[in-house]
Amino acid sequence: QLSLFRFTVKRPFSTSHSSVDSKEMKKFQLLAHKWWDEEGEYAALHSMNDIRVPFIRDSLLSMSSNYHPGNPLSGIKILDVGCGGGLLSEPLGRLGASVTGIDPVEDNIRTADQHKSFDPVLAKRIQYKTSSLEEIVEESMETFDVIVASEVVEHVADLEMFIECCSQVLKPEGSLFITTINKTQLSYVLGIVVAEKIMGIVPEGTHEWEKFVSPEELERLLELNGFSVRTVNGMLYNPFSGSWGWMESTSLNYALHAVKAGARARSHATDAPPETDLQQRSATAGTAG
Amino acid sequence: SSAAMAALRGRALLAPLGARLRPGPRAPLRSAASAPPLYDVVVSGGGMVGSAMAAVLGHDIHFHDKKIALLEAGPRKEYDHMPDSYSNRVSSISPGSATLLSSCGAWDHVCSLRLKPFRRMQVWDACSEAMIVFEKDDLDDMGYIVENDVIMSALTKQLDAVADRVEVFYRSRAVGYTWPLPSHSCDTSPWVQVELADGHRLQTKLLIGADGHNSVVRKEAEIKNIEHQYDQSAVVATLHLSEATDNNVAWQRFLPTGPIALLPLSDTASSLVWSTSHDHASELLAMDEESFVDSINSAFWSNVNHSDFVDTAAAMFRSAISLLKPSGTAIRQLPPSVAKVDPESRAMFPLGMGHATEYVQHRVALIGDAAHRVHPLAGQGVNLGFGDIACLAHHLSAAAFNGSDLGSLKHLLKFETERQRHNVSLIAATDVLKRLYSTTLAPLVLLRTWGLQATNALPPVKVRISLQQGL
Repeated sequence: QLSLFRFTVKRPFSTSHSSVDSKEMKKFQLLAHKWWDEEGEYAALHSMNDIRVPFIRDSLLSMSSNYHPGNPLSGIKILDVGCGGGLLSEPLGRLGASVTGIDPVEDNIRTADQHKSFDPVLAKRIQYKTSSLEEIVEESMETFDVIVASEVVEHVADLEMFIECCSQVLKPEGSLFITTINKTQLSYVLGIVVAEKIMGIVPEGTHEWEKFVSPEELERLLELNGFSVRTVNGMLYNPFSGSWGWMESTSLNYALHAVKAGARARSHATDAPPETDLQQRSATAGTAG
Repeated sequence: SSAAMAALRGRALLAPLGARLRPGPRAPLRSAASAPPLYDVVVSGGGMVGSAMAAVLGHDIHFHDKKIALLEAGPRKEYDHMPDSYSNRVSSISPGSATLLSSCGAWDHVCSLRLKPFRRMQVWDACSEAMIVFEKDDLDDMGYIVENDVIMSALTKQLDAVADRVEVFYRSRAVGYTWPLPSHSCDTSPWVQVELADGHRLQTKLLIGADGHNSVVRKEAEIKNIEHQYDQSAVVATLHLSEATDNNVAWQRFLPTGPIALLPLSDTASSLVWSTSHDHASELLAMDEESFVDSINSAFWSNVNHSDFVDTAAAMFRSAISLLKPSGTAIRQLPPSVAKVDPESRAMFPLGMGHATEYVQHRVALIGDAAHRVHPLAGQGVNLGFGDIACLAHHLSAAAFNGSDLGSLKHLLKFETERQRHNVSLIAATDVLKRLYSTTLAPLVLLRTWGLQATNALPPVKVRISLQQGL
C-alpha cells in the first residue's frame, strides 16, 4: 500500500493520462514474491517461455544476417514492458540481448533485481526500473531495437497511448512483440470462467474480459501508429500437461509481431498530395471563364 | 518381478515435483566478496562417460559461451601411440556410441590409435546345442572392441580442443555438495555448491553426476538406488590365439557358473571377460598360466554339461524349425582356441546391478553407472552411458537455445523419462537373462534352449535384438 502511495505522489500527472491502471497494479503487488515459483501462481507464464522465447528469437534471427553462436541475440537492445519478476527478461538476457525491464509495481522490480543478482552474466545484461512506459519515453526516444509486451496490453488503461509510446521508443524498423488474449465468447468462458474460477490456472481476478483486445483491433491500432503487422499466431494452453502450443485459431491467446516503419517510408507518406485538392481544381476550372 | 519393475521406474509420472526439490542442508549465505567461481555445468567424474559428456557439451554450438568444469580424481590420460600389449579393460562400443564419439571429434582419434570392428556375435549355451548368431544383414560392423584407455585418450584430446569452454580439474575429488533451496530466499545462493578435497569451492547451475556405481552425487542427493550384488566376479585377461584368424566374431557361451566371452582385439589377440562365482574367479587368478588357458579352452569347447534329455529335445525342436523354415538354423562357427595369456593381464572385479529410482533432481542429473549398473553379459554397460549423454546433451542444447535455466527440472525430467523408458527394460532383461542362464535345471535349460533357437530362426526377432544391442 505504501509503495502505491509513493508511486502516485512521484508522478507529475494523474493516472487518467497514463496507460497504467492502478487497480491492476494492486493485483500484482500481492503476488510479487510468487514470481519465481515454477509450480506456483505463475506456472503458466513460466511454461509460456517455451513458445514465446523461440518466437521472438526466431523472428529476430530471420531478420538479421549476423549470427553469434551461443548468443543469438547479441547486440540487440530489448525493452520488456511489464516485465513483472523478470520471467521473460532473463531468457532473453541469456541469449545475449541487453534487456531493460520496466514495471510499475516496485515489488516486482525488487524481486526481479534480486533474482538476477546471483548470475553475473544476467546482472550485467539486464537492468530493471520501476516505471511505466510513458515515464521513460522522453529519455529513450528511438533507443530500442525490440519491445516485448507479453501479457500486458490486456491490463493497460489506454491502449492507443501505449502503442504510441512504443512507437516513440523504438528505432525505425524495430520490432514489437505482443502476446495477449482475444475478446471472444470463448475467451470469456475458457479464459475467465474456467482458467480463473474453476481450474485456478491464473489467480482469480487477474483478467477483466472488457480489457481483452481482438487481433483485428490491435492490428488496426498498430497500423494507425506506423507499424506493419508481420505475424499473428494463435496460442493454446493445455492445463493437463501445463504446456503451451501454437494453434491456427486466434480466438483465445495469440502472439503478434509488428515492425515499425523505417525512416524513409514515413517521409514519403507526407510528400504525396491529397487527392481531393486535384478534384476541386478541375471542378472550378470547368466553371471559370 | 512386476513390482520390482515398478520400483525400478521410480515414481516419475505421478510424483509431485515438490518431492524432487528436497530441502537439503541450508545453502550458504551469499557473500559478494568471495563468491566461488560459477559454472554453467559441472560434471563430477572423469571416466569415459563423464569425459564424453563434457566433450559433447563443449562442442555444442549453443554452449559456445558457457563455462563447463570436469572433475576427475585421477591423473590426465593421453597416449600418442599405444603400447604393444593390450590393456585388459576393454569395451564393446555400439555403432550408436561410435556416432556420439564422432560428433565431438573423438572417434577419429580412436581409429588412429587402435580398435577392432566385429561383424558377428555368436552366443550359445553350455547345456545344449542351442545357439544364436547376431549379424547385421548388410555386413556392416556390428560393433567395435576398444580399450578403455584408447577412448580416454581420444576424449582428452577433444577436451583440449575446447579448453576455452571446458576446464578439466585433474587429481580433484569432490568431497561435499550443498544443494540450493527450491524457491530461494534473499540470502541463499540458488546454485549447487561443490567442495573439493583441496579446499577449492565451485558453484554450478547444473551438476551432472558421472561418478560410477558408488556415486557420491547420488548418495548426497539422497536418491534411492535399487541395487543387488551378484554372487559373481568378472575375470578379465588379454589372450593370444593359437593361430591368426579373421578375428571378427565376438563369442559368448553361457556356462552354469556364468557367461564366458571372447572379444576380438586383433587377428591374434582377444580379450577375456569371464563372469563366474567369486571362488572360481579367485582360483582362476591364482592358477598358473597353462592351467588358466586350459580352463578357457575347456569352457568354450567342452560338452560336459550336456544332458541327453535336453540334447534330444533340442534336436527335435531344431528339425521342426528346419522343416518350417529351411534357413532357420544358423551355421555354427567354431571359436578360436587360446594358446597363451598375457602375464600381468589377469584381474577380477565384483559384479552387481543397480538402478537409481530418479535420474534427476533440481539442478542435478545422473548419467552412466551412477544411474544404472548392469551385468557385462549384454556388452551394454558403457553404451547405456553414451546413450544417456546423447539424450541429455540434446535436451540441454535445446534449453540453452531457449535461454532457459540449465538446472530447471522441466527439461531434466524429459531426459529422465526418455532414458528410464529405454534403460529399465534392458536392465531388467539382462538381469532375467543372467538368472535364467545361471542354472543346469533341465526345464529352465530347455526353456532357454528353445527360446534361443526360436529367436535365431525368426528374422524379425533377431533383428530387433540386434537393434537393441546397437543403441
